[in-house]
Amino acid sequence: MAMTLIWTGMVVVSVVYGLLAGNGPAVAAAAVEGAYAAVELCLGMAGIMCLWMGVMEVMKRSGLAGGLSRLLRPVLGLLYPDFKGDGETMDAISANVSANLLGLGNAATPLGIQAARRMALRSPGVASDSLCMLVVCNTASIQLIPTTVAAVRLSAGCETPFDILPAVWLASAISVGVGVLAAKFFSRVWRR
Amino acid sequence: MNWELLFNMVVPLTIAFVAVWGAARRVDVYSALVQGAGEGLGVLIKIVPAMVALMTAVYMLRASGALEAAGALLGPVLTRLGVPPETVGLLLVRPVSGNAALGVGSELIATYGPDSAVGRTAAVMLGSTETTFYTVAVYFGAAGVKRTRYAIPAALCADAAAFLAAAWAVRWWFG
Repeated sequence: MAMTLIWTGMVVVSVVYGLLAGNGPAVAAAAVEGAYAAVELCLGMAGIMCLWMGVMEVMKRSGLAGGLSRLLRPVLGLLYPDFKGDGETMDAISANVSANLLGLGNAATPLGIQAARRMALRSPGVASDSLCMLVVCNTASIQLIPTTVAAVRLSAGCETPFDILPAVWLASAISVGVGVLAAKFFSRVWRR
Repeated sequence: MNWELLFNMVVPLTIAFVAVWGAARRVDVYSALVQGAGEGLGVLIKIVPAMVALMTAVYMLRASGALEAAGALLGPVLTRLGVPPETVGLLLVRPVSGNAALGVGSELIATYGPDSAVGRTAAVMLGSTETTFYTVAVYFGAAGVKRTRYAIPAALCADAAAFLAAAWAVRWWFG
């Protein structure tokens, strides 16, 4: 229901505010453009998505994914206690976290989706606590090397584009920490 | 050491490493790759409807000018929290559109300079957050989840924390 509220809210605010501010025609054009851009974006993602799911399959069959998840188990076991014993899901989460850390956002998404789909098998249609945690951890960026931002700074004439790294790490850590705490807190009070 | 080259090579190096490792373990690397890639296509089909819904609303919201109006209201609040008010536009578009956020952020960095407080804060904000609504739509779309429970409120808490922390972290690191 949350998405229904948010989505309807966004559309209604756009139409009402757009009309009041005299941006009605722009809103009308944007509705069509948005739908078009969504398909374009998905097509743009298709190649990378398939590539990384393929790479993940190779990692799975060669035992690399398993090794990675053994390495990350101490931390991930705490975040996803319900799936601690589910090897394949833990492998996918581990690969997702590793890709995020490396700044491979495009790779992290398909890997995380694999984990999400496996989690949803246990509770069809409903986001379990673990699935909420997975989504929260993926909306809070945990990359070690923000390459895109560094490229933007470089192109703006910055000589030391990576000098913000410690600040990014600190902000990311605080953000992930708050997200995890919020998810843990909500999981106790959110009954439905 | 050429750091830039190294960062650029992360993707091909990872792929090459996985391929060599798999081949050394006598895995049929190529057929595994193709099979996994085929599954990726199926997942993608499931994401398209969620993306169409989300991006239609996002584009409408941006075109209506409501975000700018909200920004004008939020500016003074941000100043009180120690966040440069110039970053308000970035803060508002960040959760809904990655491209728009990158555009707004680049604009701030170019206008105020990459080594200014505003430019640095914008860069840290971009680096320490994700496009929340996109991520939520993609994950729940692919997993077929309708009841998202507390995922969105919790994710927005993390976003808010990131924006505040970005301003504070820049002050801490650069003095």
